[in-house]
Amino acid sequence: MGTSATAQAANVLLAEPTRLTGAEIVWATLVGEGVTDVFGYPGGTILPVYDALRKFPIHHTLVRHEQGAAHMADGYARASGKVGVAIATSGPGATNLVTGIATAMLDSIPIICITGNVSSKVLGTDAFQEVDITGITLPVTKHNFLIHRAEDIAPAIRYAFQIAKSARPGPVLVDITKDAQQATAIFDFEAAKPRPRRPHPMRNVEEDGLAQAAELIRNAKRPVILAGHGVIESGAGEQVRTLAERAQIPVALTLLGLGAFPASHALNLGLMGMHGESWVNHAIQDADLLIACGMRFDDRVTGTISTYATKAKKIHIEVDPAEVNKNIKVDVPLTGDLREVLEQLLPRIPSRDGAAWLKTINAGKGAVAVRDIKNLPDSGHLYAAHVIHDIWRITGGNAIMVTDVGQHQMWEAQYYHHESPRTLITSGGLGTMGFALPAAIGAKFACPDKEVWVIAGDGGFQMTSPELSTIAQEDIKINIAIINNGYLGMVRQWQEFFYERNYEATPLVSPDFVKLADAHGIAGRAVRTRAEVASAVEYARSAPGTFLLNFLVEKEDSVYPMIPAGSSLHEMIRRPSQDSLMENADDQ
Amino acid sequence: MMLHTFVAYVEDLPGVLTRVASLFRRLNININSLTVGRSERAGLSRLTLVCEASALAGHRIRASLYKLENVVDVDDIAQAPAVTRELVLIKVAATRSNRSQIFELAEVFRARIVDLAPESLTIEMTGVESKIEGLIQVLNEGDDQILEICRSGKMTMRRGHHTSSVLKAMGAGSDEAPNSADERAESFEESEAVEPE
Repeated sequence: MGTSATAQAANVLLAEPTRLTGAEIVWATLVGEGVTDVFGYPGGTILPVYDALRKFPIHHTLVRHEQGAAHMADGYARASGKVGVAIATSGPGATNLVTGIATAMLDSIPIICITGNVSSKVLGTDAFQEVDITGITLPVTKHNFLIHRAEDIAPAIRYAFQIAKSARPGPVLVDITKDAQQATAIFDFEAAKPRPRRPHPMRNVEEDGLAQAAELIRNAKRPVILAGHGVIESGAGEQVRTLAERAQIPVALTLLGLGAFPASHALNLGLMGMHGESWVNHAIQDADLLIACGMRFDDRVTGTISTYATKAKKIHIEVDPAEVNKNIKVDVPLTGDLREVLEQLLPRIPSRDGAAWLKTINAGKGAVAVRDIKNLPDSGHLYAAHVIHDIWRITGGNAIMVTDVGQHQMWEAQYYHHESPRTLITSGGLGTMGFALPAAIGAKFACPDKEVWVIAGDGGFQMTSPELSTIAQEDIKINIAIINNGYLGMVRQWQEFFYERNYEATPLVSPDFVKLADAHGIAGRAVRTRAEVASAVEYARSAPGTFLLNFLVEKEDSVYPMIPAGSSLHEMIRRPSQDSLMENADDQ
Repeated sequence: MMLHTFVAYVEDLPGVLTRVASLFRRLNININSLTVGRSERAGLSRLTLVCEASALAGHRIRASLYKLENVVDVDDIAQAPAVTRELVLIKVAATRSNRSQIFELAEVFRARIVDLAPESLTIEMTGVESKIEGLIQVLNEGDDQILEICRSGKMTMRRGHHTSSVLKAMGAGSDEAPNSADERAESFEESEAVEPE
């Protein structure tokens, strides 16, 4: 059947109730929910679903490990704002998804994972490849379902989409027994629609709160907006920008908030927290008002809680009531959708002169910027900062950057200046190494016309590098930059700072990544000097297919500035001086 | 640290209790008492959950319970006037020679003897925690040998006409005007260890 024919057939199914197998209902429901791409790996208990795939206008990408499927669905969701879908079989197929599901949970990413399970009559008997995946994923999903009747499939999947997307998004798993896939039921897409969500009794913004917030903003002398991932998820970029511009309030961003406010904007401070620039963190510590928008005062953002922004009143606009007063006690909580709350708040905010405060903040920039690695003369050494800076310069800040976890992730956040939402895809909350390559594949499927870059370390890249085969099989174009320093760099940095340079288990032997790419039919090149970087980046971009660049960078380079875990936000390790430091007991 | 009491309506489905229990495990909060049973609403169970947590934790626990898809309504009782009761069954070793003492004790505590066997008897009592502790203490002080104790855990209901906005929106059981004078007169404050049923 051709694509248009399958699309027509699927539309007929959506229009009128029809008897289908459970497996067909899975796909028909996904089509009805607007799904065009899924990422998965077949196996015994999900075979009926795979058997029915050919009848539906959905593209399936075969992954090399189910963790990759979950990360691809995640990258797809982050790049597009839609729900990503991953499919796996029971047992090990399902458990392999778990890291990807937890990654999506910690970063509030809407994905649906569909798993097969053994037939309902043998559930609970430790049958071959049986695992209690709803039990296993209970704490890392927003919700999950165990479905053992064909007629329950469509309502469960539609409900799953509603849950995944609503309020604070997150992953949902739908586990479907094999007999439910094989049985038949009447598929009625309309009737399977979930009931509207009840209003959340703790999610209400009252007149008083808005008035108090407006009053605080009007009277603040040293206000800072803290913009997080919620700005992107809520689509509140415009509203945040209006607030910042009208009241002349500088905006600091969390890692997942990067792109929510244009990097080139005069009021943009950039990344805050553990690896934020010193003037940004000092601005927060000196502020008399923090307006937290869709962020959760994560420990990477606050440092020691008892010394965090003690002079500041705090307004917290947040969709999840469980985040209010969780880490930081706030003065005015406004619990609701960020965009809606800001729409209500903005009419109360008059224009305001913030020049004096902005001048104070800017005065802190100068000395630090000069020491910045990218401004230093070429010493013959290649630093990751050079690589990221050149990629940013050459792509004009418009590429979708997908990073792994570690030093390169922080350098990306510091040196790639994101102008728009959904251009940085990174595992912030869980910090999942191996995320970048599969997430980039998902992002490419979501945005086939956009330039997608993977930035990964030599350690993380090896965790999911078999997905190079997926790239080859799908014949997609991604640019891969490996920041190769021969160490598990971030762990080595902590060993250097806090464990007397005892580099235990961090030196890392890697394959020749260019040859590894070649084995997959993917072209690549090694880059050893600063002078080669720009031309290599240009070459990779112009190559017709996926291209891998292996940047052999300075081995013992560290990310500066850094706030040691458990220290106050203003107690940072400055670049490049290195004081002897002790790790605190509660460091992680 | 303080005791928090939550009353929640949850969907009567497999696995829902696991979700509630798992949440408290994840928050590293020990559940002191959990009772569950059918409610006045079809398909919804009502549970009373007592746990020990920091004084400020109530808000977050309630909000986290609401994150569970099967949780419909959560009331943080906190310091609100409420009736809390617990049911206990106590099996005591007793023969013809010492039964009468236990009968007297049961009389004083307004407890009932619900099972009588040649060498044991079972006491049933309802009351607040301190009343139950009182009976157990008295039984332990005497020569009576406690064989088994089975406690239901606490059940809590707010005093007066109280219905949450969520339940109201779902169509509450009664349409009476809230907090009529009669209702206030009928609700009495809790007395000490020994109190009328």
